[in-house]
Amino acid sequence: MPRFTPKTVTANDLRSGDAVWLTADDRWSPNHHDAELIEDEAHAQLRLLHAHRQGQIVVGAYLADARQGPAGPEPVHFREEFRTRGPSNYVHGKQAERA
Amino acid sequence: MYRYSDFDEAFTRARVAQFTQQVERRLSGALTEDEFRPLRLMNGLYLQLHAYMLRVAIPYGTLNSRQMRQLAHIADTWDKGYGHFTTRQNIQFNWPKLGDVPAILTALADVEMHAIQTSGNTIRNVTADHFAGAAADEIADPRPIAELLRQWSTDHPEFQFLPRKFKIAITGSPNDRAVTRAHDIGLRMVRQGDAAGFEVIVGGGLGRTPMIGQIINPFVTVDDLLPYLEAILATYNEAGRRDNKYKARIKITVFENGLDAFRAEVDRRFAELRPRFTLNRAFLAEIEAAFAPPAFRNAPVDAHLLALGNPAYADWAQTNLTEHRNAQYAIVTISLKAHGETPGDASSAQMRVLADLAQTYGHDELRISHEQNVILPHVHKGDLPAVWAALTEAGLATANVGLLSDIIACPGMDYCALATARSIPVAQALATHFRDLGLEQEIGALKIKISGCINACGHHHVGHIGILGLDRAGVENYQITLGGDATENAAIGERAGPGFAYDQIVPAIERLLRAYLDVRADAQETFADAFRRLGPDPFKEALYGTAARDAA
Repeated sequence: MPRFTPKTVTANDLRSGDAVWLTADDRWSPNHHDAELIEDEAHAQLRLLHAHRQGQIVVGAYLADARQGPAGPEPVHFREEFRTRGPSNYVHGKQAERA
Repeated sequence: MYRYSDFDEAFTRARVAQFTQQVERRLSGALTEDEFRPLRLMNGLYLQLHAYMLRVAIPYGTLNSRQMRQLAHIADTWDKGYGHFTTRQNIQFNWPKLGDVPAILTALADVEMHAIQTSGNTIRNVTADHFAGAAADEIADPRPIAELLRQWSTDHPEFQFLPRKFKIAITGSPNDRAVTRAHDIGLRMVRQGDAAGFEVIVGGGLGRTPMIGQIINPFVTVDDLLPYLEAILATYNEAGRRDNKYKARIKITVFENGLDAFRAEVDRRFAELRPRFTLNRAFLAEIEAAFAPPAFRNAPVDAHLLALGNPAYADWAQTNLTEHRNAQYAIVTISLKAHGETPGDASSAQMRVLADLAQTYGHDELRISHEQNVILPHVHKGDLPAVWAALTEAGLATANVGLLSDIIACPGMDYCALATARSIPVAQALATHFRDLGLEQEIGALKIKISGCINACGHHHVGHIGILGLDRAGVENYQITLGGDATENAAIGERAGPGFAYDQIVPAIERLLRAYLDVRADAQETFADAFRRLGPDPFKEALYGTAARDAA
């Protein structure tokens, strides 16, 4: 059986549209490093169901591949990496808030 | 310019009021996202990678200075101080908050604008030749008909839930600047004797199954046009596939049924519908009056002729001016493609400069082109040096229209939730790279078009050089197509071969264009002409080497 790739639950904030990640203590954080890194497939499905019931806070929840990094979970795919940062043509979005 | 009737005004305000309540109900929890999503899409509101995006229609690409100033005001008040002009004559705001959207829609309604039917499976913003009413080669201004189509298609009860989105483009000129052959319906004005009518093209489109539209009827009179289009839409609405999103566009309906069978059904419907339509001539005359040409001035053009002695001005005049129907006037294309900037973006400060110039020198008219530039359609040649000076000061005098760096690029994965790769940084890198090489002028006329996914908003299939960004095993990869054409000789480009990595696409295009410089007959032979004459082989060889070509 193929090994389960660790996941995060991610979505966009209903009000701002900003990318957010589900934390282990059921918050939605704008910081990928705060995400719960889910290593078990059944648990991932339960967490996604939980996210789908949060429709008054977030929109379009899905599971995204992730891996453990020094400061917390990190995205694997470039699309998810862009979502942690913002567009490349202006310093807008999360990268601006960090600056 | 067309002004909203009482009906238009009341309708737009009513929609703003409805959507305001819908947003309130979404925020209060009374509506779920599943319930809300179709409502927000009907009002042009998308959810993208980093934020919401509001797509605002600019019908037939026409704006006045007051509307442009309002767009600047919206950008400053509820967004990040800029807007993005798209390949379908819309403007997109990339950062609105959901709770602010009703206020934005109110501000738009204040200047007779809206975001209705800029999304969803409806008839979208009707696009037109951006030189309409000004071009020297035009039969007549197509915008009165475009406005008639706007009124017909807006909130049309039968066509709010089509199998898929539906795009119409219209031109009054034999030289097609509106890409009519790559639209669901393309309308090209033609004359028969004294009467002007339209050649109706159906089933064109880009996306995952690119097709050049076919002529379903070579001449439809103005009187017959609405019932004829209604017959096409009704036929499509019934015969179009709803079982598969990727086969739902009219191009597939026409292809699968065959043009002759599709036409027969359209003709049958048309026979039924025709008696129910009577074109109100007085009403159309009122619309036509709203698009009457401005009072052209009769004045010396010496200032322009003198300024041509300045090489920078002469370069700009060479690339950015087009012949006007009035010999004392010129059409000014203002490039939104400054090297290294985002194609199609204008800051609020630039929007205000554009508005001021239109008001002072341009009979208060602005146009947005599908090539993501802004046009002052009517500028007296005597005023051109003053316009150029003001543009220079605002960073808007880039002399590159029709050249390599005048690139169409979709927002790509910098913004779009559907994208598979980025487009904007590729466009930026190409523009600055060839500027730094000093080759842009020598290469001359060239259309590069970049899409960040197979949906082809960046029109890559009809670029002389098309670039398609894909996700190949979790890495951005760029495919090149060659030989596309967006004009009246529309053609779909052919894929050159395997794609290139993000950091290899600019070197690949450089090899391609150096090969062109080597093989062209003379400096007058453009890239597109050389490709037509020689075929793809010398260009594939430049991209992949001789061995790769022989192995293929």
